[in-house]
Amino acid sequence: MNKFCADLHVHTVLSPCAEVEMIPPLIVQRAVELGIDLIAITDHNASANVSAVQKAAAGSSLKVLAGMEVQTREEVHLLCLFDSAQQLEAWQASVDAALPDERNRPEFFGEQFVVDEYGDYIRTEPRLLLTSTRFSIDEVFERVTALGGLALPAHVDRAANGLFPTLGLVSEQWRLLGFEISRHITPAKARAAFRSIGNLPLIQSGDVHRLDEFAASTFFTLAERTVEEICKALKGEGGRSVAVQSGADK
Amino acid sequence: MNLQQIIEQLELTILTEPRDFASIYPVGGYTSDLLSCVMAGAKGNYIWVTLQSHLNIVAVAGLLEVAAVIITENAQPDAATIAKANEQGVTLLSTPKTTYEIDGRLWELGIRLPA
Repeated sequence: MNKFCADLHVHTVLSPCAEVEMIPPLIVQRAVELGIDLIAITDHNASANVSAVQKAAAGSSLKVLAGMEVQTREEVHLLCLFDSAQQLEAWQASVDAALPDERNRPEFFGEQFVVDEYGDYIRTEPRLLLTSTRFSIDEVFERVTALGGLALPAHVDRAANGLFPTLGLVSEQWRLLGFEISRHITPAKARAAFRSIGNLPLIQSGDVHRLDEFAASTFFTLAERTVEEICKALKGEGGRSVAVQSGADK
Repeated sequence: MNLQQIIEQLELTILTEPRDFASIYPVGGYTSDLLSCVMAGAKGNYIWVTLQSHLNIVAVAGLLEVAAVIITENAQPDAATIAKANEQGVTLLSTPKTTYEIDGRLWELGIRLPA
C-alpha cells in the first residue's frame, strides 16, 4: 500500500470555462510540482483531451485517470471516473446521445479546444458542452456503475450545480461511495452543513480551471492508482483509505 | 407596458447600470431556475424570473438577449456577476417577492406570451 496525493477534478481547454493555460504539458508540470501523484481529467460532458494528458504524463511520476464531469438534467454535476479507454469511450457515446444538439457560442461560454499532448490545436468542439444531458442522477449512477466506473457528486457544497444546494437530498437508489467537496469548505464544515453526507467519505478537489487551483489535499492509501482501488478506498476495504488534509496539517 | 413601468409597478431594485428602460418593451416571460430549461424555453426580449443569482445566469441571459432578469426572494448576485452583466448589457433586477407573486403580477400587467 502507498499513500497518494490526488486531485480528481481537473479541466482542460476543452471546457469552455477553463483558462487557455489548461493544456496537457502545463497541467502535468504543475501537478508534479505540487507533489500530486494522481489526477483525473474531467471536462464538462466531454473527454476528448483525456488521452492527450495521459500521453503528456507518460514517463512522469503522475498518473492520469480517464474522467468526465457530467451534468444531469437536474443540473447537478457528477464526476465519472474510469480505468480504461474503452469504458470512457462507451460512456462518451452515451453522453453524446444524451446532449442536446445545440452549438456552442464561444463569445458567451468560451472556446472548446481539443489539443494534442503538446497542447497544440487539433480541432474545436462545436457542440454546446456547458448544458444538461438528458440523464437523471439515477441514470448516471446506474450507467457509470454498470460500465465499471465510479460516479461521485461534484463540489456538493457549491451553489451552482452542487448536489445539496441544487437538490437538497440524496437518494437511496444511488450507489453512493462518497462526495466531492470544493476548495472553499473544510470537511468538518461540509459535514455540519449537509447532514445527508452521513458517514460517507469525502474527497476534496480543485475543480481546476486554472493552474493555481489544484487542491492537493486528498490522500488515498491504495495498492495502485486505479479507479477500482479508489472505490475500495472509499468503501474502506482491505486497508485502503481516503483522507482530506488541510494545508496546515498536510 | 415598458420595462421602466414594470420596474416601478413591481418596485424592483435595479442591480446593473441604468439603461433607457422606457424604450424596452418585453414581449413575454419565462420562469425557471434550471439554466438548460431557460436556454430552451426563453426567448429574446422576454423577462426571465428566477431565484438563481450566480454568474451563469448572465451568460444565458446575454445569449438569449432577454429584456431583463428578475431575481426573486432577495437572492443577491455577487460583484463579479453584476460586472459581467454590465459588460454584456444584461439588466439584473431584484425583489424580495417570490417568483410566484412576480409571475402573477407580470401577467396582470399584461406581460403574457406572444400570439
